[in-house]
Amino acid sequence: MSTANGLNLTLKVWRQKNDKAKGQMETYQVSDISPDSSFLEMMDILNEKLINDGGDPVAFDHDCREGICGSCSMFINGEAHGPGREITTCQLHMREFKNGETIYIEPWRAKAFPVIKDLVVDRGAFDRIMAAGGFVSVNTSGNTQDANAIPIPKADADKAFDAATCIGCGACVASCKNSSAMLFVSAKVSQFALLPQGKVEAKERVLNMVQQMDDEGFGNCSNTGACEVECPKGISLENIARMNREYMSASFTADKQ
Amino acid sequence: MSWLKQTFTSSIGRKYAMALSALFLVVFLLQHFIINFTSVLSEETFNEISHFMGTNVLVQFGLQPVLIFGVIYHFVMGFVLEIQNRNARAIKYAMNKGSENSTWFSRNMIFSGLVILGFIGLHFYDFWIPEISHKYIEVLPEDSTRYFGEMVEKFHEPWRVGVYALCFVFLSLHLMHGFQSAFQSVGARHSKYTPTIKKLGTLYAIIIPAGFIFIALYHHLTAL
Repeated sequence: MSTANGLNLTLKVWRQKNDKAKGQMETYQVSDISPDSSFLEMMDILNEKLINDGGDPVAFDHDCREGICGSCSMFINGEAHGPGREITTCQLHMREFKNGETIYIEPWRAKAFPVIKDLVVDRGAFDRIMAAGGFVSVNTSGNTQDANAIPIPKADADKAFDAATCIGCGACVASCKNSSAMLFVSAKVSQFALLPQGKVEAKERVLNMVQQMDDEGFGNCSNTGACEVECPKGISLENIARMNREYMSASFTADKQ
Repeated sequence: MSWLKQTFTSSIGRKYAMALSALFLVVFLLQHFIINFTSVLSEETFNEISHFMGTNVLVQFGLQPVLIFGVIYHFVMGFVLEIQNRNARAIKYAMNKGSENSTWFSRNMIFSGLVILGFIGLHFYDFWIPEISHKYIEVLPEDSTRYFGEMVEKFHEPWRVGVYALCFVFLSLHLMHGFQSAFQSVGARHSKYTPTIKKLGTLYAIIIPAGFIFIALYHHLTAL
């Protein structure tokens, strides 16, 4: 049953069978989409239609559907996570679109994020960067200290928390004209560098994480600020400046050759 | 020294070096503008300063090589980084609304840079090559009063004034992003002073190129 304000839309979706196949944009029609539905619900409706017609549903990443997991990763109408600020694709609602509109839906584009299928990309590069230093080594023998026993200035705690809100979705890489991962890496470097627990390994951490970032084939930061604007968590460019300072200081003072 | 090589071949190290060469060029541009502006105020002063800059040993054999290295490094590394950045995204987006999240001039530094490179070529052809030829190839006798006349002669042709003005517009666009970006790259960012740096950068990007255009137009019009 169609509703009075249901949206009829043309979707141009990137389809790619697997990581080896050559992909292309395919055109689909969806009708009577509720403006109150989320973008992922609209994709679910499209997939139901494709399955019912005997076709292959569009593969896309999703998990929590409440903006905290960082799974959903669509480049919608020329913007990471679509129009709207500080939201993920699952928080994007169809009321942002007009009836009759054509919507372009593409995967994150970056050499370091190869497409696995359709809109799903391999973001393992972020995991490898984290494994290179995005952690604090702690004594797990049973006598771990209470972190609250260490006094931390409120301003530093707030900045560290803001940096730690990065969900690693990769919108920064997708939005950057250079496919740079500097906002992600700098957020992860900052969240530890600002806290006393993280300072112990700060020098090694920044050197190792930047080295891994460069090895993964991300581009260079040219400070356009697109990453900050498109970041669903509003991670600030201040983190990149902090990482630049941390990196140069560590390069000259760390014991690591 | 492998650590030093590793530092300055890393993505952050290269950005640092780009930023430092940019800040050096910003200072150079300011002194160049101040010297050129004296030509509007006094022919004699302009000739005196130009003669000093063209004959002083420290300037000629100390600062000039540093300047040439800075310019070449900035351009070569600009191209290297641009190629790396283009390679980092093999397939382009079918739709990409860059204007929704960044300024045109921040996304097109390579194009404004290329125009500036073309301008430097013309500038070298107009002034630097004849100057080097005068001093070191033809070894003509020193004349501390020739500089003003040589400059005014160049600005006699309207096409040259037009090309200079157009190139300075692109220099302005380059500086609009480049000035504040250089500070960000070296990690100089704080809520206390970053807003001032951004305002200063905008002012610099307008005043200096506009000033150069004014000087070219002034000499063109007063010589008519």
